Amino acid sequence: MALDQSFVGRTYPPTDPYEVGREKIREFAEAVGDANPAYTDPEAAKALGYADVIAPPTFVFSITFKAAGQVVQDPRLGLDYSRVVHGDQKFAYRRPVRAGDRLTVTSTIEAVKSMAGNDILDIRGEVHDESGEHVVTAWTKLVARAAEPAESVDATDGKA
Amino acid sequence: MTAKIAYGDVEVGTELPARSFPVNRATLVRYAGASGDFNPIHWNEKFAKEVGLPDVIAHGMFTMAEAVRVVTDWIGDPGAVVDYGVRFTKPVVVPNDDQGAVIEVTGKVGAKLDDNTVRVDLTVTSGGLKVLGMSRAVVRLA
Repeated sequence: MALDQSFVGRTYPPTDPYEVGREKIREFAEAVGDANPAYTDPEAAKALGYADVIAPPTFVFSITFKAAGQVVQDPRLGLDYSRVVHGDQKFAYRRPVRAGDRLTVTSTIEAVKSMAGNDILDIRGEVHDESGEHVVTAWTKLVARAAEPAESVDATDGKA
Repeated sequence: MTAKIAYGDVEVGTELPARSFPVNRATLVRYAGASGDFNPIHWNEKFAKEVGLPDVIAHGMFTMAEAVRVVTDWIGDPGAVVDYGVRFTKPVVVPNDDQGAVIEVTGKVGAKLDDNTVRVDLTVTSGGLKVLGMSRAVVRLA
């Protein structure tokens, strides 16, 4: 089903703040098996110039993808969420996410396309801290596969 | 930021230390909990097969997290990553056995950019298949 093209450029209201906790960062770092002390030891993080432990580069996806939920689940857009796979993911960092951050995400639909029966949705999530400073931008490409999978789409990562 | 690699010490073609990252079903359950992504294709074999997958597959974001470790281990300071992007091209299939799967990551400097930054091009495979495409990170060196 073709998506509603009029959604291109639409921006959703900022999310409620997500407070980044030291122990959540530790849990994530352990889940990816990464022993870098900047993720768990405030002194090691300070030695690198950070006020507190920092998060691994992809940590923020959990926050931006949750924010993107208000886009992909918007019934007016018409996306078949049951067939959505993750196509591309990109981040541009102003600074690393760190413990104590209170982050809000503002999601914008950058592109809506149909290719070979697949619906393709590009969402940009701008992440800001409590003082309004930009921290990171996340771009997420979601593909809703056609009923008959097209050869050109190999993305197979489910919802995320 | 204090990367332990100096811009002047690298050239286009400089190779980063390669890494192998094992992943089994327990890894995926743990990542699901830490990331909040409980899609059953990452832990329920019956469900994965019903939706046309060969078996349970790793979270794409897990693979993305492992791949960039080649970069962050090289520079020491994970906060020196300026930009990081991937395309998910093939799934990492994780069988329910003693072995699981292995994600193999190599990286080399693809370009020297302005402001002491370099682009690292990553090659990420599992079972001999390329699982990420266009996998690139820009990092600020000392």
